[in-house]
Amino acid sequence: MTTAFLTGANASTEVPLKRRLRRAERTRQVKALALVAPLLVFLLFTFAGPIAGMLWRTVDDPEVRQVLPQTVAALASWDGKDLPDEKAFAALASDVLAARAAGTIAIAAKRLNYALNGYRTILTGTARHLKAMPEPGTARETLGKINAAWRERVTWTTIKNASGPITGFYLLAALDLTRNVDGAIVAAPPDQAIYRSLFARTFIISLSVTAFCLILGFPVAYLLATLPPGRSNLLMIFVLLPFWTSLLVRTCAWIVLLQSNGVVNDSLHWLGIIDEPLRLIYNRFGVCVAMTHVLLPFMILPLYSSMKAISPAYMRAAASLGAPPVTAFLRIYLPQTLPGIGAGSLLVFILALGYYITPALVGGAADQMISYFIALYTTETANWGLASALGAVLLLATLLLALVYGKLVQGQQVTGGMKN
Amino acid sequence: MSDSSSLRTPSQRIAWTATIVVSTLVFIFLIAPILAIMPLSFSSGSYLTYPLPGLSLRWYDDFINSPRWMNSLKNSMIIGVASTALSMVLGTLAALGLAQWKSRFKPLVLAFVLSPVVVPGVITAVGLYFFFAPIGLTGSYLGLILAHTALATPFVVITVGATLQSFDTNLARAAASLGASPLEAFRRVILPLILPGLASGALFAFATSFDEVVIVLFMAGPEQRTLPREMFSGIRENISPTITAAAVILTTVSVILLATLEGLRRRNERLKGGGA
Repeated sequence: MTTAFLTGANASTEVPLKRRLRRAERTRQVKALALVAPLLVFLLFTFAGPIAGMLWRTVDDPEVRQVLPQTVAALASWDGKDLPDEKAFAALASDVLAARAAGTIAIAAKRLNYALNGYRTILTGTARHLKAMPEPGTARETLGKINAAWRERVTWTTIKNASGPITGFYLLAALDLTRNVDGAIVAAPPDQAIYRSLFARTFIISLSVTAFCLILGFPVAYLLATLPPGRSNLLMIFVLLPFWTSLLVRTCAWIVLLQSNGVVNDSLHWLGIIDEPLRLIYNRFGVCVAMTHVLLPFMILPLYSSMKAISPAYMRAAASLGAPPVTAFLRIYLPQTLPGIGAGSLLVFILALGYYITPALVGGAADQMISYFIALYTTETANWGLASALGAVLLLATLLLALVYGKLVQGQQVTGGMKN
Repeated sequence: MSDSSSLRTPSQRIAWTATIVVSTLVFIFLIAPILAIMPLSFSSGSYLTYPLPGLSLRWYDDFINSPRWMNSLKNSMIIGVASTALSMVLGTLAALGLAQWKSRFKPLVLAFVLSPVVVPGVITAVGLYFFFAPIGLTGSYLGLILAHTALATPFVVITVGATLQSFDTNLARAAASLGASPLEAFRRVILPLILPGLASGALFAFATSFDEVVIVLFMAGPEQRTLPREMFSGIRENISPTITAAAVILTTVSVILLATLEGLRRRNERLKGGGA
């Protein structure tokens, strides 16, 4: 009877039922999306938008265009081969007079000084000495007399290169590159070429910290995964308590421990191992120790969960087939922990790359990482273009690694094991 | 016990002993700094060295009577509670939506929602600094609350999402078939069941905000300095024992959060065990 009813119902309502189902499903999906939408809009305003704005600043070049508009217009048709014509000199004189009256000359001077050291002096000196608009036809002569730099091509190509509206200047600078007087991309002068070594340093510190975390974390994760749950849960507190303790507390603790009259130096002295206190902090050693301490739980937790999933039967099988323990470990156990090693290492490396607080507090001048310079250029020197360009490189590296991490942990359950 | 009985050969026993020794050293490395800093806050002297000259509560007294420190504690609480509340609303709604949403764009949306955790703090901070300054949101509580909410919400989405995964949707369907409106079904059936997940999400969100310092460094005016921010400048200038008192207070908060979380986890496991 049921079947008869069903087939009967099917025959008469098949199409509408399907359509109704589809409609119901669609409503459900729209409702689901409506629930997610507030967060998406919120993140657009508080996260994606700000970061997009930062990325825009890596190519945005408004200062010279705003302060010296006539000069920029006059140089637009200049081929850059010889000195520009009288018209451009006159435009510059007029712009400089206007900018001094408006008090904006320093804005352009600062931007041009990024590209050519000493430009600030050239421009502000010119502004100071140029009393009135030169007679028609004498602008070139007048400016040349005020500052001989106006007789040089590079002074003008610098303005032309900084004319905006967009520029590759900051991105090139972040890679220690610059444009020469002929517009070709060349290596930056040595006194400005500090960023490749900065990236190298950031990379080396992050890599060392990752290696230390792996070496220290592996046995701990193994122990926690092997012990019966009661005891491993208890020992887990040693991992989770530091994980939950404020970063500032932990960094502060290391300073207290490692300073020259700190606990470590005092104990070593008391034990008669050293006579003079060792320098353990405000150097690379301090940075590596403190960062390893901060990031170690991020290594242990993924390793632990990958080891927890390995059945002990595999090792028993290997042993029963005659494999010596070392062989069994290397060929059976270790390969199975590789996803955990990969996930933990990538996570630690990603977090280390962007670290700011710990190196800023326990590192010396030669141990600061990219984040420090981004912060410095944002708040201290207000070189926002360069801060953004360094940020863009760091962001790119982080997102690429995060993509790999995402592929790696796909399928594995991601718990809320990430903090900071 | 079972672990040591399976160790037959001497080399296995040596390896196991080595594991225990190394792990013990690592545990000491992990926990000793946190423990070492605590007694110093009870020192009667003003140097951060052992042995302690004597015990006193003068640095806690100093902390409590310092308008600067108390203001920072108050700020941390205001910003922490507000951003937790906001991230709970946004994160729970999103987790509920994501659980039902079927689309090939879902991994992309999820990656976007979780990205504030991955992106280095300095980048988020610089972006927000540029973005919020022209609209007057730097140097304001609202700006910091919004920024911390963005950082905290991913944790809520993850924790609540994980709870929803183990949630039996038939229960919601049963409620609906018995005549409950969607809102009523949520309030009377779904909510009580996912409450532990919500609570751990809230704890994560609060901890994220309570520990955050990079964004505060860029965005807070003198009025909005939080406890970690005060500690940062305190450590930079010179470490006084008052900072160790602040550290003990912060650690106590962490221990309370961790204990609550562990309690929730145990309760959840017990419930799961009982159901199976």
